[in-house]
Amino acid sequence: MAPPSPGPGVAAPPSPIGTAAVRQRRIAILGNPNTGKSTLFNALTGLKARVANYPGVTVEKKVGPLAPGVDLIDLPGTYSLAAHSPDELVAVKVLHGDLAGEGEPRPDLVVLIADASNLPRNLFLVTQVMEMGLPVVVALNMVDAAERTGIKVDAAKLALALGVPVIPTIASKSEGIAELRALLIAPALPTPPRRMWNLPAAMETEIATLAEQYGRDRFEAARALIDEGGALEAHLSALQPLMDGATRLGGAAPATFGAAVQAARLRLTQGGVTPAKAEVQMRYGWIAAVAQPCIQRTAAEAGADATDRIDNWLTHRLFGSLIFIALMTLVFISIFLLAQPFMQWIDAGFGWLGHVAEAAFAGSSLEGGMLESMVIDGAIPGVGGVFVFLPQIAFLFMFVAILEDSGYMARAAFLMDRVLRFCGLSGHSFIPMMSSFACAIPGLMATRTIANPRDRLTTILIAPLMSCSARIPVYGLLCAAFVPRQPLHGMLPGLVFAAMYFVGIGTAVPVAWLLKKTLLKGPPPPFVLELPQYRVPIWSNVGLRVWEASKAFTIRAGTAIFAISLILWALLYFPHASRIAEKFDAQRTEVTTKLPEGPEREDALAKVDHLEKGEYLRDSLLGRLGHGIEPAVMPLGWDWRIGIAALASFPAREVVVSTLRIIYDLGADEDDEAAGQEKLAQQLQASTWPDGRKVFTLPVALSIMVFFALCAQCAATLVTIKKESGSWKWAAFTFVYMTGLAYVGAFITYQVGTALMAQL
Amino acid sequence: MRLSHFLPGQSGKIIQVKSDGSVGQRLMEMGLFEGADVKVVRIAPLGDPMEVEVQGYRLSLRKVEAERVEVEP
Repeated sequence: MAPPSPGPGVAAPPSPIGTAAVRQRRIAILGNPNTGKSTLFNALTGLKARVANYPGVTVEKKVGPLAPGVDLIDLPGTYSLAAHSPDELVAVKVLHGDLAGEGEPRPDLVVLIADASNLPRNLFLVTQVMEMGLPVVVALNMVDAAERTGIKVDAAKLALALGVPVIPTIASKSEGIAELRALLIAPALPTPPRRMWNLPAAMETEIATLAEQYGRDRFEAARALIDEGGALEAHLSALQPLMDGATRLGGAAPATFGAAVQAARLRLTQGGVTPAKAEVQMRYGWIAAVAQPCIQRTAAEAGADATDRIDNWLTHRLFGSLIFIALMTLVFISIFLLAQPFMQWIDAGFGWLGHVAEAAFAGSSLEGGMLESMVIDGAIPGVGGVFVFLPQIAFLFMFVAILEDSGYMARAAFLMDRVLRFCGLSGHSFIPMMSSFACAIPGLMATRTIANPRDRLTTILIAPLMSCSARIPVYGLLCAAFVPRQPLHGMLPGLVFAAMYFVGIGTAVPVAWLLKKTLLKGPPPPFVLELPQYRVPIWSNVGLRVWEASKAFTIRAGTAIFAISLILWALLYFPHASRIAEKFDAQRTEVTTKLPEGPEREDALAKVDHLEKGEYLRDSLLGRLGHGIEPAVMPLGWDWRIGIAALASFPAREVVVSTLRIIYDLGADEDDEAAGQEKLAQQLQASTWPDGRKVFTLPVALSIMVFFALCAQCAATLVTIKKESGSWKWAAFTFVYMTGLAYVGAFITYQVGTALMAQL
Repeated sequence: MRLSHFLPGQSGKIIQVKSDGSVGQRLMEMGLFEGADVKVVRIAPLGDPMEVEVQGYRLSLRKVEAERVEVEP
């Protein structure tokens, strides 16, 4: 076999960095999932990733600067170049260059990250990529963890065997990073590796013929032949044969590349060669013969079998599921409890801000005017009301990051697979659903790890039912204000809070089952998942994710929610008709003339003020709309104010708290003692129907929570569903089914709750 | 014997893999190919999936997928 010559598709010889002023050097990081690619990326770029809006598993490429003129691309993990799922496809497309986009070049260099404790399987991908003809550097990562389990890899020997540089690294401790970096930014790139694997002769002949007849390089022809139904086969299928290639080989080539590949596969199978099987046998055979001698087995450190001992409990026949449910409940209760002190501080901060603003207006010409109302009744409580939930959201993201980083998430998928199979899905759907507890958007993006489009779509459609962090404000407020503390030593509000999460989960199971039985009918998907070793989470990773989520939430509270607050305020303030002012001014004059100065007159005047505010509110644009929709929400136990708050929350559900704050502040009497959260809770508790009955009872609070648990109140999620499913149809479907379920759920909760309360 | 019929603790050498389709390809890429050693570590509490040790690491797969793998104990 002649050494491979770079075919027409191979990138031009890379230029040294001195002349690269013309073009950025592009370096891709590729490797198996769970090998620390993102950690290595962060260590190399100093956390300067340009694309990282939402935390979560890397499902799309991230680009960050490594040095002037050098860009680093972080790719989703993949076990092989035969992409099985959309996220793996992203990695493969970037490597191929033109698959990712017209005229997009292949990377100039590929850093292949390999987990030292799991070398044979990691080398499978390494040998695949080495065949591309691109310069390659291997980062042998987590060498410390490998040594603890008694695996010592001789990096120099491995470099010799592979013919490419091999750098041992511990990305989490930044060890080996300087050496790797020096290699990546050196003016001269490493020499592309030589191919040293041969497929069965019949396959090599077919590949060479395909490459020549259709003018592609050997690598592309080989992948198209091996990866049946893969991306490259689809991308090149319409390709027509080159005139000279066909004539030189004699005989006519099939009209398209796709037809030629299929014919070649048929010939091979008839001759007893299965391309995919032949590739695997060849690579693992080479790995066993050449790479295994680089691995030294030493005595494992004490405690190296920790993963097994932990799993004896965590995946125990009986305790495994119980521990799982207990752990989830504990996480949700802790969010509620741990965040309390921090929330009080933030609340106090906004309370202070309100007082400062009020003091600033006092005595000025603007006192009692529209601007004062806009700042004090609109902007401050609107933003503050949502911002106060930042600590709970930070804690939630922290727990999700710890569960993912420690390796427990894969066990949870292992435990839950059988349950998910019942609704036609697999354990693969569990991880996106779990991320959706933080936010549906990274959850929806994480569905890209699911290979089958029907299963992926089903997961997309049920992921928004998981209670995301934006539901926390609703649950937090109502649980604190209306769930009695008496039984269970004050644990009940936290338990109800946790129970709301199970409302979403409990609804998702039958919905998924129904979808897989009807619209998205299909067999249950396969479940092949690596169970990584447990490890202590990398705290900088956890911190980074909490920081990114907090930053995103703060920006959202400061921009979108600020804007919505102002709009809501305006809708609740205008038209602010002067006839109302005239009517109540007349009443005030009447009171002043009738009653002598003293407490009685003060009381009567305060009552007039209260009535005036109520009248303004009812007369406002939103007030009129609210009374219009009241008949629709009455069966849920809601009054018009709750109806308005729910309606205003369709763009972003956390706005409900802002809306309630603004409604109640606009309608509130002069400042009493309480402030912020506590004040709103008191206002809600005091709120009555015109006949004097309390509006907020426990069934009403529960009905609101159930509504918010099930409703599709998030514009960003619907846009993401459109993006991920490729169609507005599915976004509309989600909106309709979730909103319908929310209404029915809230109706049942209120009606059953009220009937039960009457029994007690 | 099929891998799906193995009990926790049992191990053997793979003699054949039903390699068709992307599931077959994925199983082989993950290290379940003819000639490789495999050991069943445990079975999930609800009876499925199973956890196996292959190529020195742990892999979870369903019994339906393990059906494809013929192992000589």
